[in-house]
Amino acid sequence: MSATTAEKSVTAPTLRVVPGTLRGAGRMVERSILVYRRTWLIIVSGFFEPLFYLLSIRIGFGALVGDVQTPNGPVDYAVFVAPALMASSAMNGAVYDSTMNIFFKLKHARLYETVLSTPLGPSAVAVGEITWALMRGVLYSVAFLGCMAALGMVVSWWALLALPACVLIGLAFASAGMAVTTYMRGWNDFEFIPAATLPMFVLSATFYPLSSYGGLSWVVQLSPLYHGVALVRAACLGDGSWGLLGHVAVLAVMTVIGLRVASRRIGTLLLT
Amino acid sequence: MPVIAATSVHKSFGDFEAVRGVDFEVARGEFFGFLGPNGAGKSSLMRMIGCVSPTTSGELRIFDLDPGVDGAAIRARMGVVPQTDNLDQELTLLENLVMYGRYFDIPRRECRDRARELLEFVQLADRADSRVEPLSGGMKRRLTIARSLMNRPELLLLDEPTTGLDPQARHVLWERLYRLKEQGVTLALTTHYMDEAEQLCDRLVVMDRGRIVAEGTPRGLILEHSTREVLELRLSSSAPDDIAERLAGTGERVEVLPDRVLVYANDGEAALSSVHQLGIEPLASLVRRSSLEDVFLRLTGRSLVE
Amino acid sequence: MSATVIRRSTPASIRVWEAQVVTVWRAWKSSALLSMLQPLVFLGGMGFGVGALVDERAGSTAALGGLGYLAFLGPALMATTAMQTATFEASYPVMDGFKWRRAFEAMTATPVSPRDVVDGMVLWWVSRILVGVTGVALVLAVIPTTRGWGLIPAALGATLCGMVFATAMGAWASTRESEASFAAVQRFVIIPLFLFGGAFYPIDSLPSALRPVAWLTPLWHGVELTRGLTTSEISLAATLGHIAYLSALTLVGYLICRVTFHRRLTR
Repeated sequence: MSATTAEKSVTAPTLRVVPGTLRGAGRMVERSILVYRRTWLIIVSGFFEPLFYLLSIRIGFGALVGDVQTPNGPVDYAVFVAPALMASSAMNGAVYDSTMNIFFKLKHARLYETVLSTPLGPSAVAVGEITWALMRGVLYSVAFLGCMAALGMVVSWWALLALPACVLIGLAFASAGMAVTTYMRGWNDFEFIPAATLPMFVLSATFYPLSSYGGLSWVVQLSPLYHGVALVRAACLGDGSWGLLGHVAVLAVMTVIGLRVASRRIGTLLLT
Repeated sequence: MPVIAATSVHKSFGDFEAVRGVDFEVARGEFFGFLGPNGAGKSSLMRMIGCVSPTTSGELRIFDLDPGVDGAAIRARMGVVPQTDNLDQELTLLENLVMYGRYFDIPRRECRDRARELLEFVQLADRADSRVEPLSGGMKRRLTIARSLMNRPELLLLDEPTTGLDPQARHVLWERLYRLKEQGVTLALTTHYMDEAEQLCDRLVVMDRGRIVAEGTPRGLILEHSTREVLELRLSSSAPDDIAERLAGTGERVEVLPDRVLVYANDGEAALSSVHQLGIEPLASLVRRSSLEDVFLRLTGRSLVE
Repeated sequence: MSATVIRRSTPASIRVWEAQVVTVWRAWKSSALLSMLQPLVFLGGMGFGVGALVDERAGSTAALGGLGYLAFLGPALMATTAMQTATFEASYPVMDGFKWRRAFEAMTATPVSPRDVVDGMVLWWVSRILVGVTGVALVLAVIPTTRGWGLIPAALGATLCGMVFATAMGAWASTRESEASFAAVQRFVIIPLFLFGGAFYPIDSLPSALRPVAWLTPLWHGVELTRGLTTSEISLAATLGHIAYLSALTLVGYLICRVTFHRRLTR
């Protein structure tokens, strides 16, 4: 084998997105289901978190703040914040699954090393893990929407479109998170992840309208979560407009870049 | 057609050359060993054969296929036991095997049947539904071997299979490996234990610093590179510095190690009496047969297990 | 070599504390960053942003006891930070000491006793919580509305509140074989307290049946104490009452830790 074939063996598995990849990704999902079947209680208990957040918004802030002025008229504060919390929860879930979880399997459990000793390749690993993260994300989003409906915070059937919006948020952040994780040197580096997600959580027009930021509103628009919040909020309030496609585009670009970096890096990390 | 054929295979990590051009062939049904100390390049070589590490240069063919092109097809016919167990801690023993079989796309029912059978084979059937964590080192090793057999491999790669195991666990493992030989499985293993290499391997290569320094059967290598017997002497720490020269005539060759002196001779007892005649009184002495350890010492000037 | 004479110039618990400090020392930069960041973000985002919405609504200031929202929320973040820091430091590091690194086992193989381990961890928790709370206090000291000498006693009060959580969580962690339950504690105890414990809005907003429950929670006492001390609008009796309640809970937690650590390390 010459040097050129050696190169090929590194790049080939990431380029070959053939049905084999999808079948392999299916196996990765199968494993996750096998593991989580035992810990379903943890997943179910995760549904309480949105309930707690929504309740505290309803009980506490709702009374203190009253209505919020939006371009389409005044909206009850709880109804205004709930979609933003739904979008943030989609982000947090995707980031957790694609950073801590993946790093653990990469460095400690060495799961991917095991998997790569079988016919499965790195792209099957990347696609499979992101698929699983999205499946969980959808489950949580459905629960979130259910809680909102139960608490009377949903005002339109368009709210169902919040689900695909959350899938897109999850996809964008899971891809980016996975790409970032491949550069992590140790657990200490993970402390910097909240340093990115926490300011985003509070400063993405989550708790008050973009107009409140005044001259700094362009900074807010740099946050990818802002675009997610805008989508979910528009769906929940039934405020459709063509401008929403711009938000979709931002998240789509983030997904594509994240996925490309992630599958290339997983290949170079594990197949050296 | 050899199962593995390597022609001047190199592997570099940046400036570091882990494997510096090795040639060898492994025939079907053969138990083939890579013997050498830590850092000899054995594990790098195993990863290349396992198709998870591209060669830097040279030609490597497995089942007459190119790992760079047909990695997935090769891995489908191969079983791998890595140096450190990477069992799935989140699954039970049975699930570990079933899931691993699923990665090979074996139907679920078939996986379960094979898994039960293999747990039986490695004597872990009673622990099928236990988690991996509480298992002893030997049990984990056996489970990893069972896992590597899920796809009924034609070639089994074992990287340091018994490092860290107690003697009893090692013998259990060896006995299971002999049974695989009876079934016609080809086996490639690395080890830094000479007794393991002598026990298991039909043929082996001795590796040192990324190169193959000798090749042959265990018996053949010993005959070629060492005497029939070795006299081991433990001398008091105040023994004179020129002890090697004084002992020179007692055997064919003398090696002075930090803790003992080795005298290579075809008749160890005779060598001992000539030592006594020289007026040297060792604290302890032992006559034994030559081993691969001696071959390695001879070839590299270093001892195998530091 | 002469016979070794062990000079016990420092109590053994100090050396246990030292071991913890050494363990986390390397990561101090990112930890410090994060412990400053969270209150900063919440103050900036919630205090100023939501604060503007709250303060412009008639009647809201009265509901907050005459305080602006920033002055209401800011001091309470010292108590919530103390709670969060404490539960973290008393969960995974304790499991680490018993099970993963087995540092406690190694320590008790020396003249260090299980009780010294508890005392050392208590010292560690106090210092770690104090560092986290001080970070928040420094941020509050920069904001004119919350600046004041009252921040110093308030930080100490918040630390005491944190110790209730540290000793309770430490006792719980020392009886666990795996970390599985820690996430549930976080989800069903810490987050509800964070959200409903009176930090973000007065507990008068809660349904009347839940209010007595809130009065029992250590976080509510911590929030009332830090808020009162920062704004100097708290009676001496109330101050002493909160301190007494939090101290009593901490003492109970500490005594339980002594029993559970001893049991785990001598089994």
